[in-house]
Parts: sequence; structure tokens; C-alpha cells
Amino acid sequence: MSLALRLENLSKTFAVGKRLFGAPKGHVHAVHPVSLEVAQGETLGIVGESGCGKSTLARMLVGLLEPSGGHIEIEGQPLDNADPAVFGKRIQYVFQDPISSLNPRKTIRQIMEAPLKRLHGMGRAEREKRISEIFAQVNLREEFLERYPHEFSGGQAQRIGIARALAAEARILILDEPVSALDVSVQAQVLNLLADLKARLGLTYLFISHDLAVVEAVSDRVAVLYFGSVVEVGRAEEVFAAPRHPYTKLLAESAPVVGRALSAPEGRETELPDPLDPPKGCAFRARCPNAGARCAEEVPRLEGESGQVACFHPLR
Amino acid sequence: MGRYILKRLVSAVPVLLGITVIVFAIMAMIPGDPATAILGSYATPENVEKLNRDLGLDKPAVQRYFIWLWNMAQGDFGRSFSLNRPVLDEVLDRFGATLVLAGTAFVLCSVLGVAAGVVSAARQYGLADKAITFAVLLGISIPSFFLGMMMILIFAVELRWFPASGMWPIYGDRTVLVLMKHLAMPALALAVVATGVVARLSRSAMLEVLRQDYIRTARAKGVPERGVIWRHALRAAMVSILPVLGIQAGFVLSGAVYIEMVFQWPGVGRMLVDAILKRDILLVQGGVVLVAACYVMFNIVVDVAQSLLDPRIKT
Amino acid sequence: MSTLALLARNRLALAGLIVMGLVVVLALLTPVLPLPDPDVTNTGNRFVKPFSEGALLGTDHLGRDQLSRLMWGTRLSLAVGFAAAAIAAVLGAAVGIVAGYYGGRVDNLIMRGVDMLMAFPYILLALAIVAALGPGLLNALIAVAAVNIPFFARNIRGITVGIANKEFVDAARLAGMNDARIILGEVLPNVIPVIVIAMSTTVGWMILETAGLSFLGLGSQPPQADLGSMLGEARAALITSPHTSIVPGAMILVIVMAINLLGDGVRDALDPRLRSGALTRPMAATLVRREGPVPEPVGDDVLSLRDLQTQFHVKQRVYRAVGGVSLGVKPGECLGIIGESGSGKSVTALSVMGLVASPPGVITGGAVHYKGEDLVGAPYGRLRDLRGREVAYIFQDPLATLHPLYKVGDQLVEAIRVHHAISNKEARAKALSLLRDVRIPNPESRLDSFPHELSGGMRQRVGIAMALANDPEVIIADEPTTALDVTVQAQILSLLDTLRREKGLAIVFITHDFGVVAQLCDRVAVMYAGRIVEEGPTRALLEAPAHPYTSRLIACVPELGGGKRALHAIPGLPPAVDDLPPGCAFAPRCDKAQPACREGEIALETHGARKLRCLFPETELEGRA
Repeated sequence: MSLALRLENLSKTFAVGKRLFGAPKGHVHAVHPVSLEVAQGETLGIVGESGCGKSTLARMLVGLLEPSGGHIEIEGQPLDNADPAVFGKRIQYVFQDPISSLNPRKTIRQIMEAPLKRLHGMGRAEREKRISEIFAQVNLREEFLERYPHEFSGGQAQRIGIARALAAEARILILDEPVSALDVSVQAQVLNLLADLKARLGLTYLFISHDLAVVEAVSDRVAVLYFGSVVEVGRAEEVFAAPRHPYTKLLAESAPVVGRALSAPEGRETELPDPLDPPKGCAFRARCPNAGARCAEEVPRLEGESGQVACFHPLR
Repeated sequence: MGRYILKRLVSAVPVLLGITVIVFAIMAMIPGDPATAILGSYATPENVEKLNRDLGLDKPAVQRYFIWLWNMAQGDFGRSFSLNRPVLDEVLDRFGATLVLAGTAFVLCSVLGVAAGVVSAARQYGLADKAITFAVLLGISIPSFFLGMMMILIFAVELRWFPASGMWPIYGDRTVLVLMKHLAMPALALAVVATGVVARLSRSAMLEVLRQDYIRTARAKGVPERGVIWRHALRAAMVSILPVLGIQAGFVLSGAVYIEMVFQWPGVGRMLVDAILKRDILLVQGGVVLVAACYVMFNIVVDVAQSLLDPRIKT
Repeated sequence: MSTLALLARNRLALAGLIVMGLVVVLALLTPVLPLPDPDVTNTGNRFVKPFSEGALLGTDHLGRDQLSRLMWGTRLSLAVGFAAAAIAAVLGAAVGIVAGYYGGRVDNLIMRGVDMLMAFPYILLALAIVAALGPGLLNALIAVAAVNIPFFARNIRGITVGIANKEFVDAARLAGMNDARIILGEVLPNVIPVIVIAMSTTVGWMILETAGLSFLGLGSQPPQADLGSMLGEARAALITSPHTSIVPGAMILVIVMAINLLGDGVRDALDPRLRSGALTRPMAATLVRREGPVPEPVGDDVLSLRDLQTQFHVKQRVYRAVGGVSLGVKPGECLGIIGESGSGKSVTALSVMGLVASPPGVITGGAVHYKGEDLVGAPYGRLRDLRGREVAYIFQDPLATLHPLYKVGDQLVEAIRVHHAISNKEARAKALSLLRDVRIPNPESRLDSFPHELSGGMRQRVGIAMALANDPEVIIADEPTTALDVTVQAQILSLLDTLRREKGLAIVFITHDFGVVAQLCDRVAVMYAGRIVEEGPTRALLEAPAHPYTSRLIACVPELGGGKRALHAIPGLPPAVDDLPPGCAFAPRCDKAQPACREGEIALETHGARKLRCLFPETELEGRA
């Protein structure tokens, strides 16, 4: 099994309160050093709540954001320069908001042609052929090519976004909440299309979402993010069914499920820690029922064989 | 809050310095020899050279700038050759008159403009809205100097309600009532354009705010419509109206130049135009720097008001 | 609709266009018209009145023909005004785009410079420039253009920042486009409308400004005259020969007014928000235009909707957002309304208290009965009195629904004092106890917090406290947890559940999430395309959905704990509510649909505790009424 994507200690720090000259007022660690591996043809789900750093992580992987530290390796080759044009041929991105990811003043054809022209330097005839091929793959009619983005529904626009990502001929796609702006009946269409494309084209997915059920349904493995760190990685069918990190358990129990009685899984009204003033030790300890003395002192590392967990008192 | 005011005052220092640099740089572009302009074309070369030395004009520009700056810091803005008196004295004398005129017009345009805008938005597409919209269009399209002239023609010449020009009568008492009679027409003529701009902006700001979710919340609570408009919507709309009032203060100060010409108002604007036509550089420099400095200070007041209004601004 | 057609539809803008066209044509034709030389003086023939022989508009103080001078002056003023506007727009836009696109230090430095220029009252800068370059029309043009560059730069920068952060710019980067290509190909086309708007609304202003400088004697120099200098020269004879002032002054007024009308028209036509009519003010209560009979109240429901119809009238189109909805909720009961976006669930909820934005919303039929009283027909005063006191709302996004500039405590106090004549102190004490009721930590200090200082979950607790302020009988919650994270959602849902049991509240809960409905609601109604397709006790309905839409919708939502799997998608899209098919709205997407499904009205029939609008249900329901 060869690796499609390998991250080693990838991290991102933002400066807060920048000034024209001199040092900024503070730093926010949006992503703490993260190491992950994604195998060829695998779907890795990344799940977390707002502010957990999942989008920051995704943007670093495609070169839209320069990492503060660590390495990215795509298909065995390192990629350290934050140049989207270099990344673009090997790894592509599907955006959350399908409408705002399409330029309102360009036709779909113009949008589709950009990656073919700029990344692959294709001639006119070649481009036309390739576009028809891709449109057939994502079940879009070619008459759409002359229309403008506002003429499409969210689901259709997201198909166009996927088609554009395919045009770059990258074999790895970062899917950043690709269905959360869509209604459930359309959501299922897009998810099935993604599964179908993956099987046919041998793609590798990094699927980011806040929706546990969706992530579980599409992923081979799932990584759970909390406060900029990966707290648990495991097989999709195990992570939520038998969580090892208390946060994963909290997430799984919070998700409303038909047939489960309503209960507040947390007794207290708790919140995320302040990113400008992060707590010492484990970021989850203030909300954790099992927190001990060690949790306040040390940051737990992600460890384990089949499934990994970053906790001193794992649940199993 | 005290700290915020202090912070804003400190941040005004580079702006003030920038203003002096810009003014000095523009004035340094003047072609030809100021001394010749002062002495006239019949001056002997010796006299010109002597004057240049007296004025410090034989030194390099950067050095001249710092000398000028240093002198200004000590309150010495130089001497106006055309009036033969210190620039600072002349500007301060004139600036009072301008402040009375522009200040009155500013208050008028703020109050009338915001009120008109709110009424217009609250009665969108109603008769009041249409009337206000038309009046506003007329107001922002008429040149203030033309409006002033027409007002003189009608209210001073024909109806004889107000004096046609000046700030004070040549003879007679200087009471507030007399001042108000002299002030009425120029202040109104000056306020018209700004009122139109403020009313327009207030209307669109109100319309924008009235669509917001928190207005629906206020209505869902059962707040009466008057409270919705004046307490909920206007307060939020002021966040975008206030900066425009700051900008309008600059427009009112600017418009005062024309109005002072039309109504023979003894203000700093007329002084500047005269000074330019007479090429009295020091007077122009000093006047521009002083008025601009006042405007910068006024905008700090606006910023502070904004921070009081909007808790989201970090103080 | 095309921009030109929109422009032509606006009658005022059209009038401006015609006047402006006329003036421009005359100005262009001036050199070939049989006019006397504008600069030839004839002092023997001074101040001739208008409409005299040989001088239609009279002569000025030097006996020059006013008509000829007016035409030549107009020509000059227009040319200078447009040139200044074009220069300012191009340079300002370039600076603004560069600053906005690159951001960071570049932006910071450029905008500091712009702020510096804007720290001058603009005329001081113009005067200084004219003072330096010397009086003259060209110099006045330069001065006016220069002082307007910062305004354009700042305006365009703001727009560019917004566009540069859009996802399509990121997408362009990933498609291999470099910065120059992105600026020209992606950013500029989206900024150009704003530049055109800014230009069309400032051209009039620039003409006024150049005229002003000429009026002061700093612009065009004699004998050449533009409109401003004509007015300036005429000022000395204002009282004796007013026509010499009125002629150029009126001309400036006409030109600037025409340009402003035209500019407003251009702005309205190009601004997408104005185009869609979005900038209309919602009225205090939804417009009611009921046709047909008003249904009578039935049953013991505290709140009951009977055949409610709410439409949106946008231009010629009618969107039937709510197409005849009947629902009821009993005291202490929680009713869920579930549906996808556009199904009409939120509009139904907002119609109850007349909170649907109108225009464009209109309630066109049916009734809402609160304890037997019809709210749809109630006068505004009565509706306002009941709002918040008897029927209260909790909305979706708690940041947008709380007033950003008032403290949380003040907003709660207001909610109480609108309905109860009690002192501020008493109301504050009540507000404090409300915050305790919704389990907000440190309620005393939270009273003085602003909404932006609270987290999403805390804000929604405040929203709930506000709904509870007057001990209402009914609470309508419109997707109150959709904007929240899942762990916070669980907290809020359990809080709502506790409160309703403690206080015996009736709750109408709008959501798109079956899991939430299952956990919270006693009964649930499923909406599709503005109508209820199925209703019943939650458990029975979820276990054995009868309508094909309900069962397919449940099937296409992945459920936690199911592992990796393929989903059962519903093909097609929901219908547009301005073009509903006859018969069942779901028929085009339904694999069980028969010809009978596509014609006539299909009724919502009662089967015991359940109701169903389907000819070929998934499961046969007992007890058909």
C-alpha cells in the first residue's frame, strides 16, 4: 500500500493584532503539529467542531496557506513551497460553498478551462474533448457550459466544483464540507457521486465535515480534531461506535439520533478554551470527566497501533 | 476610554506630520521664485537674493522643511507679506468666523439629514419618502455658490429679510441675534448639499438595518414600531452614518470657501483664495496646515463617539 | 433582465438620460452651430436682457453673447468634469485593487497614505495644488481628480478585500493562475460594476467641484469661460443683472441633476441587491390580503393554523411559499415541523405573528387562531400586544438575531417592559432570574455583556431567556440549533426540553434534522413544497413513514453507527414554488407515482392520529376518517 499523502508535524500559527512594524500582540495556534498518513485510494474523514482547525489544515494541504512548520509529502515527493499552481496538479480542493466558489462573471466553460490551460497547457480542441469527458463523469449536461453560476442550484454548482477539481487531474481531493451547504436529499446525490468517482478514477479523499454521520458513512478512517490537535484516529466503524477519547465519546453522544432519548451528555455548560490563552496540558481536560493530575501538566501524544488516541486515560 | 482617547491622539501625530509633509511638498513644486512674486518683476537681482536669504530659500528643501516645522512647533508660522502680519494671528482671527459658519451648517446637516433619512426609510415609497428623495436630489445637484447667490437675490434683495453679506453690520451692536440674522442664509446655503448627502446615506443605512434579523427579533418581542425605528434601527444605522458625518464635516469646511466668497464672510476660506491669487505662500501653508489639523482633531472626536456607540470596536 | 432594459424602466433615470444626451449632443455640436464668437466683447451692448433681438439669452458685462458663452462653457465644463472623474476612477481603482488584493503590509502602507490625504478637507488639498501649479483650468482638473483618488481607492479597496477572500479566487489559484491573471480575470470583472457605480454617482460632484474652482477664479482664466467662471464673473452684477448669473447657474443645476438621476439609475441597475428589490423595508406586520372565507376555530388547540397561505409577490411572479397549511398545538405539547430549505416551514412559523417580511410576503388566505382569536385578521396593535407576551420566538442564528449594540441585560429588560409597566430595577431582577433559568454561568456579570462577547451557545441561551421573558403560552423555535456545534446543540436541546416540561409550554419546533425531531417532539409534520405531506406522532411516523417523500428523506440521511455505506438519494430537485406541478408536488421525483398523482388536488386525509397526503402510501394507515 503506497501513501498518497503524508503530513509530518504540520502546524499553523496565526499572529493576532498585527502592527505595521514590530511584533504582533499574540499568537494563535490554529493547528498544533499534526502527523497523518493517507493511503492511496483511501478516504480519510476529518471531523471536528467549529474552530478546531480543520479548514486551516485543509488549506495548508493545497498550498493556499503556508504552514508554520512541518512537512507535506504527496505521493512520496515532498512539497514545501506554498505555491498552489504546483500543488494544483497533484492535489485539488472542493469548497464548502458551491456558489461562491464559482466566479459569478464567468461562464462554466471559462471556469472549467482555467485549470486545463494553466496547469496542463492544453490546446483548444484538446480542452473541449477533456471537458466533455469530465462532464460525462459527473453527470452534467454540456449545455450548462455556456451558462453562468447563478443559474444553478447548490447541488448542480457543487457538481461543477467537483468537475473543476477533476480537470486538474490530481489524484487526491480535499473535500472541505462539500455537502454541508446542501439539503439532505441533494446531499446524498453528491455523496454517491463522490463515491462513484473515487471507485472509477482511483482517487484519494480527505473528507472534512462537522457531521459525524456523513463522515462515518463515506470514510475508511476518521481523524477527530479538537482545538487544533488530532485526538483520535481510527477505523470509521469503530471511532464513534467504540470511542477511545472522551471527546470523541462526547461528540458521538451529542449527535441527535432517532431512537435515542434526549440527554445532555455534559452535565456542565462548557465551552472551548480561549485560543489566545490556551490551557496547559490537555486542551480537553476542563470538560473531561476522567481528567487527572497528569492531564494538567503534559500534552498527551497521539499513540497506538490500529487506532491512535491522544489521551492519558483512554476509554478502552 | 481615557486610554483609547490617548491612543487616538498619539496616532494623530504621524497624520499631522504627514499633512505638513504633503503641504510642504506641494508648495515646493511652485515654479519660479517666490521672492520675485513678492517683490514684483521690477525688483533688482540683489534685492531678490537678499529676500531669498532672509526667507531661508537658499537652503535645501529638506532643511527648509525642518526649519518650518520647528518654527511652527514654537507657534511661528511666518509672516504674510501681502497682509504684513503674522500668519498665525491672521488665520486664528479668520478661523473663528469659519467655525461659526461651518459649525452651524454641520449641526444643521447632521440633524436634518439624519431625521430626513430616517423618515424617508420608515415611509419607504410613501409620499414623505418621495418628497424627501426629490428635495435631496435637488440639494445635491445645486452648486452651493449658485444657491447662495439666489438666496441673496430673493431673501436679501427682494424680501429684505436678511442682510446680503458679512458677519457683522459695519455699525451697531454685535449681539447673538444680529449674528444669527447674518448667519442664517450662508449657513443654510452651506448645509444644503451636506444635508442631502447625509439624508441619502441615512436612508440607505436605515433600509439596510431594517432588514436585519435583530429588527425581526425586536418586532417578535412586541416592541412598538416607533421603538423599532428610532431605538433599534437608528442606533445600528448610526454606526455607518457617523463616519459619513465625519467626512461631511470636511465637505462643509470645503464648501465654506465658496459660501464665504458669496456672502463676504470674513473666514479662512476667503483668506486662502486671496492668498493663492496673491501667491502668499506662507499664508497658504499656514492656513492649510492649521485647518487640516483642526479637522484631524474633529475626526478623533468622531472616532471616540463611534467607539462609544459600537462596543465591538476594541478600545 | 439586461442592465439597459432595467435602466430604461426607471423613468427618472430615463429622463436624466434624455436631458444628458441632449446636453452632450449640443455641446458636441457647438463648434458647427451658427453662434457668435463667445469671447468677442462689445461694451456698448452690455447686460442686454434675455429674449432680445440677436441675443436669445442676453449679453454679459462685457457685451458678449450669453447663449454662445453658455454653450462653449458647457462644453468645457462637461469635458473637464468627465476627464477628472475618469482619471480619479482609474487611478483610485488601481490603487484600491492593489491594496485590497495583496493585503498585509502593502495594504497597510497604501491605506495609511490614503488616510493621510483624506485627513484634509478636500478643498484645502485642491487649493494647495492650484496654489502650487497656478490658476488654470487644466490645473483645476488635476486638483479635482487628485483629491478624489483617495475616495475611489478606499471604496474599491473595500470591495476588493471582499472579493479576494471569496473561494473562487482560491479556486483560480489552484487552477494555476498567477496574481496578475487573477486580478485581471477574476477580481476586476467583479469590481468594474462598483467602479461604474462610483463614477456615475460622482461625475456630477466633479463637475460641481471644477465649476467651484473656476467660480473662485482659480480654474479657467479669461477670456475662456466654463460655467463656473461665468457665474463667478457675473457675481458682481448679481443684483443689477441677475440673468447673467441665473443662466450659467441653472445650466449647472440641470446638468448635475440629470447626471445624478442617471447615476442613480445606473447604480440601481448594476447593484444586484437593488436589482432583486432586496433593499425594501419590511413593514411592521405582514401584509394580509385574504380571499375567500375565514375558517372558524375548532378544537382545543392553543395555537391552530387553518389552511394558511402565504405568498411572495416578486415582480410578476407569485411564489406560493405556504400553500394551505393546517396545524395545531396543544398546551404543553411539542410539535415539530420538518422539511428541506424552500419547503415553507420557516415561512409558516413566521406567518403566525405576522413576521414574514413584506414586501414581498403576503398572507393570502386561511387563519391563525390563538385561543380562538384570529391573528391574521387582527389589527397591528393587537398583534404587537400578543407578540412576545403570548407567542414568543427563538430564531436560528443567535449572533444575527440579538441587537449588536445593546447589552444582553438591556435587551431582556426591554422585552419585559414592552409588556409590563414595571420599573427598570424590577425588570433587571427578572432578567437576572431568566438568565439563571437558562443556566448561564455568572448571570450577574452576563447582564452587562454585549452579544459579541458571548459564545454561540450562550447567545442562544439569551435568545431563549428573551423568549421566556413574559411567560408566553407558545414558543415558536425556528431552527434554533442549526448554527450551533453538535455538543452545544445537545445542551440547548436538553435545556429546551426541561423548560417546556417545567413551564408547560407549547413549542412549535422547526428543523431539518430527523434526529432532533425524534428526541424533542411529540408530534411531527413533514412539509414539502409549501404543504404538509404527512403528520403524526413522532415515533409512529419515523418508524413507519407512510408518504414516499418522508421515507426516502429518512433513507438518504446517514445515521451515526451505520458505518460506511451507499446512501439512497432522491433523484431530482424540489419544485420551484412559483411553478408547482398539478397533483402531488413530489410526483416527479417519486418512483411510485401513477398518472393519478399528477392531476387534481390530493387531500390531506386523517387516519386516526396520523394524517397523510398520498394516493399510494408506503404503508396502509388504519382508521381512515
